[in-house]
Amino acid sequence: MTPVILLTGFLGSGKTTLLQRLLQDPSMAGAAVLINEFGEVGLDHHLLDRIDDNVILLKSGCICCTVRGEVAEALGNLDSLRARGEIAFDRVVIETTGLADPYPVLQTLTAHPVLRSHFTNGGVLTTVDAVNARLQVEHRAEAVRQIAAADRIVLTKTDLAEPGQDQALRDRLARINPAARIVNSEAPVAEILGGFGPAAFAEGLVGREAHGHICGPDCGHESHNHAHHHHASHAAHHHDDVLGVTSFSLVIEDEINWTMFGTWLTLLLHKHGDRIFRVKGILALEGEDRPIAIHGVQHLVHAPTHMTHWPDGPRQSRIVFILEGLSPEQIRRSFAAFMGLSGVRAAA
Amino acid sequence: MCSLCGILGCDDHWTNAIARPGVYTRNHDMPARRAEAARRMKAANDILSYRRVKLDVWQGRSYVVRSPTGASSVFEALSHLWPEAEALAGRDFDPLDDALISWMEARGDA
Repeated sequence: MTPVILLTGFLGSGKTTLLQRLLQDPSMAGAAVLINEFGEVGLDHHLLDRIDDNVILLKSGCICCTVRGEVAEALGNLDSLRARGEIAFDRVVIETTGLADPYPVLQTLTAHPVLRSHFTNGGVLTTVDAVNARLQVEHRAEAVRQIAAADRIVLTKTDLAEPGQDQALRDRLARINPAARIVNSEAPVAEILGGFGPAAFAEGLVGREAHGHICGPDCGHESHNHAHHHHASHAAHHHDDVLGVTSFSLVIEDEINWTMFGTWLTLLLHKHGDRIFRVKGILALEGEDRPIAIHGVQHLVHAPTHMTHWPDGPRQSRIVFILEGLSPEQIRRSFAAFMGLSGVRAAA
Repeated sequence: MCSLCGILGCDDHWTNAIARPGVYTRNHDMPARRAEAARRMKAANDILSYRRVKLDVWQGRSYVVRSPTGASSVFEALSHLWPEAEALAGRDFDPLDDALISWMEARGDA
């Protein structure tokens, strides 16, 4: 399976400049690159192709069939050329337009009947302009969605930012997307591109909550509820005060019934996927020693990953949500109600 | 094939992509497969009963939802369950709906 790295970021946030730097690194010599438009920054790479921005929505179809047509076609062409031995590549980078929502491209990788057998999600890199990000985040939903979808946030133009601005922005980005690591665009390429696997994923979830620490019994967060009758769980959430975006962690102390969890999350995303920018979690399942990592963007959930072992810290399930206009407390209550259904628990 | 869209392979729901007895092993180990299928049906029917809708297997290969008035709808993959059930019931199944949560909490306490 060839990993596809999605490079996104708001208009003028330095996507192409970052791409240019990444492509100069020897580790990227085998990368094929798809870009939406040729910008002012010249790119010199032997496997560079252009795609148009186009979404095909099958009118009678379900959400699984929303396929980004041109991306699918471009990836299909690359794969055909490789199969005929005309080109070789070991990964693909797709640079989206500045206003693009990353979700349809990720959906294409998962839903397309051919592509999903050849390509896999290699991670979402989101560039954030350290100077203009505050205004963009406050006024543009696209910018918030791009940040929420990120596995890694790359801060650009930090040399132009005022003193103190950088840390304030990092704090804010961590509130919007606590599951993403934030790196500077000047960092070594290995740091920008490395560690998208399950281990790094768990590292991002274990040892910190949405607000930066594991909640203990003395923690003063108002939303805690340790005493639910069926399923001990608690929630910690943090509102960002713009565009109604909330990040929130659900910590579950009991082992989880996979069947009911799948039913619950499927129904939740069916009804509210448009407003759930991100779901990322590590789960302790009934009858399973190893943790399971789950990872979703809006209506899309990637194939869960079995991790080899539990990271340091308590063996607890944690799920991070990034929401728009939904109540964390209602999600926690809904989760507990579904998991508490006695009939399913007895049958498991 | 997705019966709504005509695209091959659409029924691979994310809950299937996990190596658990009866799930990822669904092409062999028939008893575990049947047990997992029964658990899924039960989980879904527990929620569907809120609007008096019932899910069954249809001819061993597809699924059917039925309403109390006798209306029914056949579909091919469990990933289409909720849109089909909502269309049949004429109402939503919203997991964040206060009334549904309270109903489930009451059942869980029973």
